[in-house]
Amino acid sequence: MGWTQKILRVNLTDGSVKSEPLNREWAHDYLGQRGLATRYFVAEVDPGVDALGPDNKMIMATGPLTGTMASTGGRYSVICKSPLTGAIACSNSGGFLGAEMKNAGWDMIIFEGRSPTPVYLYVENDRAELRPADDLWGKSVWETDELLHKKHQDPQLRVATVGRAAEAGCLYSAIINDLHRAAGRSGVGTVMASKNLKAVAIRGTRGVGNIKDPIRFMNVTREQKKVLADNAVTGQGLPTYGTQVLMNVINEIGALPTRNMREVRFEGAGKVSAEAMHEPRHSDGKPNLTTNAGCFGCTIACGRISTIDRGHFSVANKPEYWGNSGGLEYEAAWALGPDTGVDDLDALTYVNFLCNEDGMDPISFGSTVAAAMELFEEGAITTEDTGGIELRFGSAEALVAVTELTARGEGFGKALGLGSRRLCEKYGHPELSMTVKSQEFPAYDPRGIQGMGLTYATSNRGACHLRSYTVSSEVLGIPVKTDPLETDGKPELVIAFQDATAAVDSSGLCIFTTFAWSLENIAPQIDAACEGDWPVERVAEVGARIWQLERDFNMKAGLTGADDTLPGRLLKDAANVGPATGKVAGLDQMLPKYYELRGWTADGQLTDEVRSKFNLPA
Amino acid sequence: MKITLKLYATLSDLLPPEARSNRVEIEVADAVSVNELIARFHVPPPLAHLVLLNGVFVAPAQRGQPGLIQAGDVLAIWPPVAGG
Repeated sequence: MGWTQKILRVNLTDGSVKSEPLNREWAHDYLGQRGLATRYFVAEVDPGVDALGPDNKMIMATGPLTGTMASTGGRYSVICKSPLTGAIACSNSGGFLGAEMKNAGWDMIIFEGRSPTPVYLYVENDRAELRPADDLWGKSVWETDELLHKKHQDPQLRVATVGRAAEAGCLYSAIINDLHRAAGRSGVGTVMASKNLKAVAIRGTRGVGNIKDPIRFMNVTREQKKVLADNAVTGQGLPTYGTQVLMNVINEIGALPTRNMREVRFEGAGKVSAEAMHEPRHSDGKPNLTTNAGCFGCTIACGRISTIDRGHFSVANKPEYWGNSGGLEYEAAWALGPDTGVDDLDALTYVNFLCNEDGMDPISFGSTVAAAMELFEEGAITTEDTGGIELRFGSAEALVAVTELTARGEGFGKALGLGSRRLCEKYGHPELSMTVKSQEFPAYDPRGIQGMGLTYATSNRGACHLRSYTVSSEVLGIPVKTDPLETDGKPELVIAFQDATAAVDSSGLCIFTTFAWSLENIAPQIDAACEGDWPVERVAEVGARIWQLERDFNMKAGLTGADDTLPGRLLKDAANVGPATGKVAGLDQMLPKYYELRGWTADGQLTDEVRSKFNLPA
Repeated sequence: MKITLKLYATLSDLLPPEARSNRVEIEVADAVSVNELIARFHVPPPLAHLVLLNGVFVAPAQRGQPGLIQAGDVLAIWPPVAGG
């Protein structure tokens, strides 16, 4: 069946932990992970809930293919209401924790209430219990992981935890599992910490059975692994260069947001690119990149494992950072680098380590620092605010200093922990915040990649590239090449990507498979694993239904069509270099058509017809 | 005329020794086509996947056309890559 058909409900207020059967009707309509957890969430949580109050819930959910032999089948998602955006939060992570949860026999874990004291959840197959975490509170992610492994004397234990940033209330805190894989966006870690839940530690040894047609599943997953291996992107490009190969690509097309999105090209892009990560250092002859790495069951292995030059100022007296750890991926490298004007690869790697060590979303963090740098250069904040830090664009020293503060919730780091929108409002310049629905942008300027403007504006979790990665088509030509400067046809393209992505995010598979796979490759794997028939059309419909359900929650939470917009800088200030010279984001040319195609009203509200078509809950 | 050629990712090794930061300035004939440059630098055709002239995508059908490249242009080429 794919699903274990069991969910674990954890009430943090009274300390109870109980098993419940999975709602199979919902599973058939929403598949798993992102979709199914959202269906549970909207059924159980008032959209007006305080995101950091006890009535918000947090769901960790696997998909039907999580923990199976399907390539990349190791994903899980965290669903809650976001304290950063006020919208639904849904953050997806790889590593090994999701597969471990499934191997322990659970499709999802629902956390509700708030514990009076710090606790962690320990799961060993059917056994699940809350345990005191007073000794873990105040510890970093890396310390917590180590302490839990020592405590349980089990090297196979998989740990997801929050760091000091979340405890301090940083609004874009992540949940980190397996030391450096993150459910990163929208502050899901902040919600977890607000519940006094420090960590989830899981050991699962039951295996994942219950596959509908095991022989067919083995055959189809083997066939599809070959497709990934034979594809030049997933078989060679991603494992060799990782996502960071995009740094020079996006810079070349003039869509690399630079210095808080004031510019669209960064003169130092090459120094912080994938190619630079391969270059031997002068100091020790070793490159920044040590090796690539894969998550559970992954046959792509795009992950980066890196080291920092031991003589670099950031770590010269800190041998604890001399070892290998999770290296720069493109979005993090962009936010910490071009967006802050910093071209120091070692500094960016160190800052990325800190984001993992204390659980911060590096995209939101880097973008917030970029906004703070512009505020500083405009004179809106001074060294009195920053505690003496000259927070100027391009300063690696300043970037390192404010990262250490924010990770620990100290000094000016508390202000940076508010995120870009609240920081810019605090200092009187809301126009300098590069956000949608209060979430910071990722690494593509919509003046040079028009579809991404519509993607950001309509994303159900605020500015995000992973709701609809039209870069794939507009820049990389996957599955077909479209003109990045053209707005015609982009509403259709964005909707196709949004719906397909929602389906993939609900399956347990990684979205990166879609550089080689389409739903034509994915649906047969679901069909072989899950009860019922799962043709491509049904999987696509599930994706569309999920999108509408998330939108419905957001509207009920108080968002409106007016929130489907972009910062004035991107709508009014034209790009001044590269192919997009003279262009602004043409959102007004795309949004009405997008609403029409979605079946929404002219002001972006769902209609009764749409609710009925997708059988959405009242 | 002179143009700038950039080769990235696994194609970096095909650049001449004087190249720096994945780029080299080269002398080319006035009517040179993209495909002629791809052949001159021994880029295997299937690996000339993403071809940008001054940042603008050059479709495969355009790559044999003479006159597309002008003096001072920047031609950048990648093998199949992706990210996100």
